Amino acid sequence: MIKFVLMVNRQGQTRLSRYYESVELNRRAALEADVVRCCLSRKKDQCSFVEYKDFRLVYRQYAALYIVVGVTDSENELSIYELVHNFVEVLDKYFSRVVSSGAIMFNLDRVHVILDEMIQNGHIVETNKSRILAPLTAIDKMADG
Amino acid sequence: MPAVSKGDGMRGLAVFISDIRNCKSKEAEIKRINKELANIRSKFKGDKALDGYSKKKYVCKLLFIFLLGHDIDFGHMEAVNLLSSNKYTEKQIGYLFISVLVNSNSELIRLINNAIKNDLSSRNPTFMCLALHCIANVGSREMAEAFASEIPRILVAGDTMDSVKQSAALCLLRLYKTSPDLVLMGEWTSRVVHLLNDQHMGVVTAAISLITCLSQKNPDEFKTCVSLAVSRLSRIVSSASTDLQDYTYYFVPAPWLSCKLLRLLQCYPPPEDGAVKGRLVECLETILNKAQEPPKSKKVQHSNAKNAILFEAISLIIHYDSEPNLLVRACNQLGQFLQHRETNLRYLALESMCTLASSEFSHEAVKTHIETVINALKTERDVSVRQRAADLLYAMCDRSNAKQIVAEMLSYLETADYSIREEMVLKVAILAEKYAVDYSWYVDTILNLIRIAGDYVSEEVWYRVIQIVINRDDVQGYAAKTVFEALQAPACHENMVKVGGYILGEFGNLIAGDPRSSPLVQFNLLHSKFHLCSVPTRALLLSAYIKFINLFPETKATIQEVLRCDSQIRNSDVELQQRAVEYLKLSSIASTDVLATVLEEMPPFPERESSILAKLKKKKGPGAVSVTELEDNKREGGELNGGADRGPDTAAMAASNASTPSPSADLLGIRSSAPVGAAPTSAGNLLVDVFSEAGPAAPSAAVNDDGFLRDLEQPTETSDSLLVEGSGDSDSAPPSEDPAPPLSEADELLNKFVCKNNGVLFENQLLQIGIKSEYRQNLGRMYLFYGNKTSVQFASFTTTVSCPGELQSQLNVQTKPVEPLVEGGAQIQQVLNIECLTDFSDAPLLNIKFRYGGALQNLTLKLPVTINKFFQPTEMASNDFFQRWKQLSQPQQEAQKIFKANHSMDTEVLKAKLLGLGTALLDNVDPNPENYVCAGVIQTKGQQVGCLLRLEPNAQAQMYRLTLRCSKDSVSRRLCELLAEQF
Repeated sequence: MIKFVLMVNRQGQTRLSRYYESVELNRRAALEADVVRCCLSRKKDQCSFVEYKDFRLVYRQYAALYIVVGVTDSENELSIYELVHNFVEVLDKYFSRVVSSGAIMFNLDRVHVILDEMIQNGHIVETNKSRILAPLTAIDKMADG
Repeated sequence: MPAVSKGDGMRGLAVFISDIRNCKSKEAEIKRINKELANIRSKFKGDKALDGYSKKKYVCKLLFIFLLGHDIDFGHMEAVNLLSSNKYTEKQIGYLFISVLVNSNSELIRLINNAIKNDLSSRNPTFMCLALHCIANVGSREMAEAFASEIPRILVAGDTMDSVKQSAALCLLRLYKTSPDLVLMGEWTSRVVHLLNDQHMGVVTAAISLITCLSQKNPDEFKTCVSLAVSRLSRIVSSASTDLQDYTYYFVPAPWLSCKLLRLLQCYPPPEDGAVKGRLVECLETILNKAQEPPKSKKVQHSNAKNAILFEAISLIIHYDSEPNLLVRACNQLGQFLQHRETNLRYLALESMCTLASSEFSHEAVKTHIETVINALKTERDVSVRQRAADLLYAMCDRSNAKQIVAEMLSYLETADYSIREEMVLKVAILAEKYAVDYSWYVDTILNLIRIAGDYVSEEVWYRVIQIVINRDDVQGYAAKTVFEALQAPACHENMVKVGGYILGEFGNLIAGDPRSSPLVQFNLLHSKFHLCSVPTRALLLSAYIKFINLFPETKATIQEVLRCDSQIRNSDVELQQRAVEYLKLSSIASTDVLATVLEEMPPFPERESSILAKLKKKKGPGAVSVTELEDNKREGGELNGGADRGPDTAAMAASNASTPSPSADLLGIRSSAPVGAAPTSAGNLLVDVFSEAGPAAPSAAVNDDGFLRDLEQPTETSDSLLVEGSGDSDSAPPSEDPAPPLSEADELLNKFVCKNNGVLFENQLLQIGIKSEYRQNLGRMYLFYGNKTSVQFASFTTTVSCPGELQSQLNVQTKPVEPLVEGGAQIQQVLNIECLTDFSDAPLLNIKFRYGGALQNLTLKLPVTINKFFQPTEMASNDFFQRWKQLSQPQQEAQKIFKANHSMDTEVLKAKLLGLGTALLDNVDPNPENYVCAGVIQTKGQQVGCLLRLEPNAQAQMYRLTLRCSKDSVSRRLCELLAEQF
């Protein structure tokens, strides 16, 4: 099961966080700081899976943006690693440009919609790009029309 | 900064976000946020009704602020209002807010439920999805009660849109996890399983998560999913890369779905139906074959997706563990990955191979990769990959390759990362013992370990080598020779000195024939290390010296001289001083015969599980150790620290059995008192000797009895303070099999029992737990009474007492399991036997689990076993008291706290509490009659700790000053902490 998805910039600031297990607010900040420190300090040639407490982190870097996913051992690491990439490709497709942490901040609600279409309750629910974007495309049509 | 907002961008929001991004400091950011919060608050409170757009904008701002890590305590009502909007974006922000800022405020939940109900019946698929999503995210009991019966219907209805089915599947999964009693699958089971056949891949992806979870809980009911999953998998695997259109990812058809199907199959044993099994084996072979085909794309995404499926298939093959052909192919495939340029693949391959090594079919195949794995251990640049390589070497080790693997691990240790050294040391020690053919190799290995990584060699490791040497006479001469040689090194680790001292003390005679290691040479070698060592090691060496006097009478004069010198006989450490005095006396008055009996060679240790293995398990968790080893461990039960508690055992035995008293029996139990023939057996440290005149057991029992009476009269304050901890739990967190963390008020409950032994420990609407306890010397008995306050039976009632962390070696708590059923209104009793081994600070944990009307209740309390329970009161006169007070003048022996009174400062109340503490309350001692002074001795198995206490109340300021002086500093600190909460 997926425990959380974090999007973090190179300064370690959280740009998006989505938890699929209830974590108290005051523990989130500490967890995020620790998780981010853990991933940001790793070099390019180190492996993308990190043992962390009783679960694992799968992370992927896109320029200045890091995406970190916390998973239990019932998940397949490589498939989560590619899920992250699929997510980024969906964002690229929707925003028609390379995703930056700025774009995420200005469109937080939409990024959440996209993420929610892909992962629900910590489980992968949809991987087809056009279906993931279907609700947003519908809204945008309504707004334009 | 251009705002890249799409759709109906909210300008105010964009400006706010820009402001935040431009903030130069954290302070500036907080200032800007507070300004915005005040603005939103005033807008929400204002007289003017806000339109939907403004509400959405402000709620969105609140969400953003929440994301930056600030708590949001308002806006919930506005968010709920947005739910009833007809505009998708407004509704969506409302739901997002509710989902992210879960709030179990029942008033709101009712409103939210209403909105959800409307959306579910709206027939608008996007609205239905939002509503289902919200239920799944909040997942509270109230929501489950309202919608649990509705959702399966939506899930399987023929006219439900695909996207709604997906959300419904995940929603049902959440409700099943949080309130399994409300989700009744019975009539839906077959139709849910058939979702695996749904023509829409997204629906299948979502449904598998639900089916996997349901199968784990009710494997028999969902058995039919196996054949459906196999045929679905087979269709995907055999499809061309273009067949599945949008579900194909970089030329790999439906990789995520394939992984999930393979994972679902791992919930079941291999299919019994021959045709199904044949089809599955074909699938697995195809997946293995595809790994050998040339890639359809150079992109890393292509190979990652392909390999994700491959690793999952290999997991399934390992799970079945019945197809030798597939197992060997899997092993060969992983072998290729071991040399792949992608670090991720090497990491996963090492990990996967570790499980493959434990299968009898593939163990040999795994072994063929030994050189590659050793190379990985030496050359990998990522420590986590090296760690996996070390794990794999450990897993593939058997008698045939043990020497090679141990040698490689030893040489790696010299440069290994600090973070994994201790674990490596334990692994080497275990392998060396497990696969030792000749014990001289074992001794060499352990001594090498100490030489290379002495700091990481725990007590268990060197205890173990001594146990083995003592038990096997064929290796004793070799061990003596080897330690003698190892000690020649100018700088050797203290652990080496310990092993050397012990072994030469026992078996030095076996090498004394060689003039190069004559008795005097041996003694001088040991003594040359003496002054550089810590107190415990020096104590051990002193015992080795007295053994030398017995083994080699010619060393007697030299050793007596050493014992006699001031640095020994007047040593400031009482233990060393006492040993020096007693050994000196023993050597001068005892006849040769007596000496030979007293200092006889150690008897063999009883065979028991290696304490090292237990330590590794504790360190790594079950994953690192094979199942059989774990089973062994369970049988051994409480003896986890076999090696460690061996010392005091023999010490006790030697003391009680006058015919074979052996002073060196305590070589392993240095912290216990030294039982030497003539000396009184209880001789602890000096302070205790002085105290012991006060007479031990009888008066203490009397005090305790008083305590019982008084405590029974005290009303319990706990009754109302904690309402339904248990049933509230199930809302916020899914019921788990793991013990819950201790209640937040566990410490407070514990504090109520520091000065009393009986009363109600805990009470909520369901359960009451009462306690009665009595203590004598270092032993205690506690009666726990569990009362069922409801009229309904508690099922699967289990209680577990655990000693977390180091407490395990400090306190021994034993009990029998209780009856699993507690009838309504009934009370059951449990008896705990408690033994205090050494002083301690933490409290043992009591975990209680039971089912009440289907919901799992899980709560953890701290048992009120505190160090002061083992007090024996000591009466003494004023000048005695202050003389001892001065003796305990080292700064760390004193702990002091000045604090405000929390309770009544009434004299009688204070006196009652101080007596309840277990000490003697001394009259006419302190010149100031307002002050209270107490004295007592804490009895532990290994040691007695004298304690003096002074409490100075200041009635005017409503303050106290509390001072404690104890012969052990950790005790002073702990008592001070405990008592500061009492007054």
